[in-house]
Amino acid sequence: MYSEKVMDHFNNPRNVGEIENPSGVGTVGNAKCGDIMRMYLDIDENGVIQEAKFKTFGCGAAVATSSMATELVKGKTIQEALQVTNKAVMEALDGLPPVKVHCSLLAEEAIHAALWDYAEKNNIKIEGLQKPVNDIEERLEEEE
Amino acid sequence: MIYLDNAATTRVTEEVFEQIKPYFCEQYANPSAIYSFAGKAMSAVDEARKNAAELIGAETNEIYFTAGGSESDNWAIKAAAELNKDKGRHIITSTIEHHAVLHTCQYLEKQGYEVTYVNVDENGVVRLDELEKAIRPDTILITIMTANNEIGTIQPIAEIGALAKKHGILFHTDAVQAYGHIPINVNEMNIDMLSASGHKLNAPKGVGIMYIRKGVRIGSFIHGGAQERSRRAGTLNTAGIVGFGAAAKIAKEKLEENAKKEIELRDYLIKRVIDEIPYTRLNGDAVKRLPNNAHFCFRFIEGESLLILLDQNGICASSGSACTSGSLDPSHVLLAIGLPHEIAHGSLRLTLSAENTKDEIDFTVEKLKEIVARLRSMSPLYEDFVKQQA
Repeated sequence: MYSEKVMDHFNNPRNVGEIENPSGVGTVGNAKCGDIMRMYLDIDENGVIQEAKFKTFGCGAAVATSSMATELVKGKTIQEALQVTNKAVMEALDGLPPVKVHCSLLAEEAIHAALWDYAEKNNIKIEGLQKPVNDIEERLEEEE
Repeated sequence: MIYLDNAATTRVTEEVFEQIKPYFCEQYANPSAIYSFAGKAMSAVDEARKNAAELIGAETNEIYFTAGGSESDNWAIKAAAELNKDKGRHIITSTIEHHAVLHTCQYLEKQGYEVTYVNVDENGVVRLDELEKAIRPDTILITIMTANNEIGTIQPIAEIGALAKKHGILFHTDAVQAYGHIPINVNEMNIDMLSASGHKLNAPKGVGIMYIRKGVRIGSFIHGGAQERSRRAGTLNTAGIVGFGAAAKIAKEKLEENAKKEIELRDYLIKRVIDEIPYTRLNGDAVKRLPNNAHFCFRFIEGESLLILLDQNGICASSGSACTSGSLDPSHVLLAIGLPHEIAHGSLRLTLSAENTKDEIDFTVEKLKEIVARLRSMSPLYEDFVKQQA
């Protein structure tokens, strides 16, 4: 069902944990649907993501997409991190089964939520960043 | 490998397999043929029918072989609805039935039938008072499972049968998980139709039975031949039927012995899991449950992750979590017993056989402890919970 990369990121998830006093933290998803992702970012004064950590409640794909998303944003600028879309996460994992695509959307949303929190804390506006939606199902329905 | 998914399917035991074997290469005759070569096959089918009947106190000619439990459920419900459509169009079932029953009822709703889905209590026992209140003059069928496939709760079938009889309503029970595992008597329990499946009791996949009480004149479901007294067409699946009969005979002989072994292992497993893994609940009734069923919810974690990690330790198990079913909603059974979504997502079903050992259970519990702890350590729900406690 899952690609080797998904299994690898599920079995050996990268960057699990919390960051104390993070630059930004965002939680997306809901328990009703069975997926919740929380992403922590540590962003330096040049706007570069030095550290990314996550905690996830969810299926194998939810854990793997969280893990991959943290890997993809680490070392990137905020603008570069905004380019880490759900498609980018999926591609990096060699694909996801169709019923698990929402997990990759959740990962993208988690990055945005953490960046949104960072922007709010610092009173800045990040160009191209929209307020993240809490309910990923709404977005899925919109896209259908 | 440790196989703890016997509610999904069981292995064909060597004893059963030996009896099936001749019906592939040697005794391959179509049992319905006239020549003497077919005679041996037909007598084997007759013998199997007798064994299938005796397990539930039925007459031999009240047993019809089908392709499995889902076919039997479809047949019973659709044909009963068709038979009685002039009398009424109201059917009573429960919220925790197998999808073979639920989806068939939903199909009939589209055909103009009305269905009442009776609720269950927090242990998954059908509410008898609610069931009785649901009975109307136009009620034509009550269909309630003998035991639930997920949480293992055994239903008050005798009481429901008596109720149906009192009101002159046909009573069907999906006994797929119960047949051969707990005592069933169709006469004492006033059962008019019963579905069972071979592969849940060490017979091969693709063979089942429907018990139809003599005098219940439901029509044929598969048309096209005179097999099964013209009520179920199709060349007899000799090998499968022989396997069913052999397994039914063994199940009858060993029912008590196997149940005793399984209950001992099951209760040991349940006690260890509940005692040693915090924030865990047992689902289903502690006593009125199938001998081989243990079903848990672990808070703060999700079922599919749990299954993958168990699999990596060689343990085959199952979950009613949304992610394993391809939908986003967790099991309808867990929601019906009143569990909130986030708890229902963390479910695990372990179903034993009499062949499992205490060592296997010990290994499973040890792994389960590690896996649950690991998944909780990466769960934001657990993180929030711990912070709230502090």
